[in-house]
Amino acid sequence: MIGKYAVRFASLAYLGGLLAAPVAYVFWRTFRHGFAPAWDAVTTPEALHALKVTLILTGIAVPANTLFGVLAALAIVRYRFPGSGIFNAIVDLPLALSPVVVGLALLLLYGRGGWLDGHHIVFALPGMVLATMFVSLPFVVREVVPVLREIGTEQEQAAATLGASGWQTFWRVTWPAIRWATAYGVVLTTARALGEFGAVSVVSGRLAGQTESLTLYVQDRYQGFDETGAYAAAVVLALLAVTTLLLMTALRPKEQTR
Amino acid sequence: MIEARGIVKRFGDFTALDGVTVEVERGSLTALLGPSGSGKSTLLRVIAGLEQPDEGVVCLEGQDVTGVAPQERGVGFVFQHYAAFKHMTVWENVAFGLKIRRRPRAEVKQRVAELLELVQLARLGDRYPAQLSGGQRQRMGLARALAVDPKVLLLDEPFGALDARVRKELRAWLRRLHDETHTTTVIVTHDQEEAMEVADRVVVMNAGTIEQAAPPRELYDHPANEFVMSFVGPVNQLGDAFIRPHDVELLLEPNGATQEAMVQRLVHLGFEVRVELVRDDGEVLSAQLTREQVESLELQRGQIVYVRPTRQTVFADSA
Repeated sequence: MIGKYAVRFASLAYLGGLLAAPVAYVFWRTFRHGFAPAWDAVTTPEALHALKVTLILTGIAVPANTLFGVLAALAIVRYRFPGSGIFNAIVDLPLALSPVVVGLALLLLYGRGGWLDGHHIVFALPGMVLATMFVSLPFVVREVVPVLREIGTEQEQAAATLGASGWQTFWRVTWPAIRWATAYGVVLTTARALGEFGAVSVVSGRLAGQTESLTLYVQDRYQGFDETGAYAAAVVLALLAVTTLLLMTALRPKEQTR
Repeated sequence: MIEARGIVKRFGDFTALDGVTVEVERGSLTALLGPSGSGKSTLLRVIAGLEQPDEGVVCLEGQDVTGVAPQERGVGFVFQHYAAFKHMTVWENVAFGLKIRRRPRAEVKQRVAELLELVQLARLGDRYPAQLSGGQRQRMGLARALAVDPKVLLLDEPFGALDARVRKELRAWLRRLHDETHTTTVIVTHDQEEAMEVADRVVVMNAGTIEQAAPPRELYDHPANEFVMSFVGPVNQLGDAFIRPHDVELLLEPNGATQEAMVQRLVHLGFEVRVELVRDDGEVLSAQLTREQVESLELQRGQIVYVRPTRQTVFADSA
């Protein structure tokens, strides 16, 4: 009995200390002087622009990586092709590589004197999009691959013998089986894209009101001793992430109780 | 009518089918029988188009379909592990092939209702496969395959994942179903009893080749070789001769043609009793007797009896 409660207490204390307390503190610091100052702080032109940049980055990276993720998972599980093992390993690279290294690599490739210099990629939105896409790439693949492995190919073969084309089989048989894994991958991708700091920081050039995403804006404010601005923007980031998670959990139970 | 001629299929170094030729008559129910790895499932998948043969020709109803995709072959396929569409109800599973063919809604409804009735799942149309028992899932699989009026019905160890009692029920049910629909059917099984009970003709396979193809009775009475003989039923070997346990007679006194043996164990299987014997040279054999015979002989463990085969088979090429 005591052991059971000890385990619960320990895990709750761990979660509380590591996750809940810091997030709660940010909320408290933001709204300590009421709602109005916080609202003012996140509706300045710079803050709104930073929010817009973050939404653009996420809005491009998430759909692109979702499409790529599903196709890559299908390729890894369903087809044996030369180099598929290496391909599988490369997909995990963004998880292993520090985002700062990613940023530097993009800088070397597209920056001044790089191989692809002069395309207005670095210190501009395209570079930030590339960096965000890079760091948030593996999540959909990693969620979908195990599910595809588990369902096997028999259902697809059954669909084929019943006359379904490859396209029909995908939409009627394969996709319904992997859509929740995909959705979960999308949530993780979104969270990663929203929160990305290191890689974007290196390639953005951090031009306030131009190439500043919300995460960069938070640091910018904090270093400028604008604590309310920093905390308020952090709360916006947190709310975006929480909203994604809630959307996901709100959609999911319907499927499982069917 | 199904014809497969000279089918060769290799997986890497492994030859699953080594030049197999087989014909299945229209309207018949044929069993492909063999141990695991004998190539029986591969042959079935080649017929369905799920596997491409390296050599050979497959004809359905006189048409060469070797290069034709499974979608276009008009076969119904039933999988050992059901391959149920998990996110669809029983009704949707059965309707799948009809919906793909864009049949009118009224026709789909009617046909699915008929099929669910046929496989005794009429009340379970709203259930999901996860809510069904194994036997029910496999009947759903059958209904789904039959929905598209296949030219041939192919069943890959359809009852292999079910427990013994359900297997027996479904086996009898499949035979009745076939007698009603007369769809040309091929069933793959490793269970000789299943093959003998359900099929008109049994094709015994071993190591990627066909050992014998014959009606069950002929297969049992006139096996082509030692492999077939020992695969379709229990067998004793005495020197070059093979003897079925029910062809072993036990006597209490020697009569010249008999051999001495000791009763090692009596296994009571209801009406039948299996008597396990050991000869003085160490050879083990078993005899199948009725309960009355055992009782009138008053057989006991450790008893010495005299064995006389009433019928034995010697294969010319086994020596």
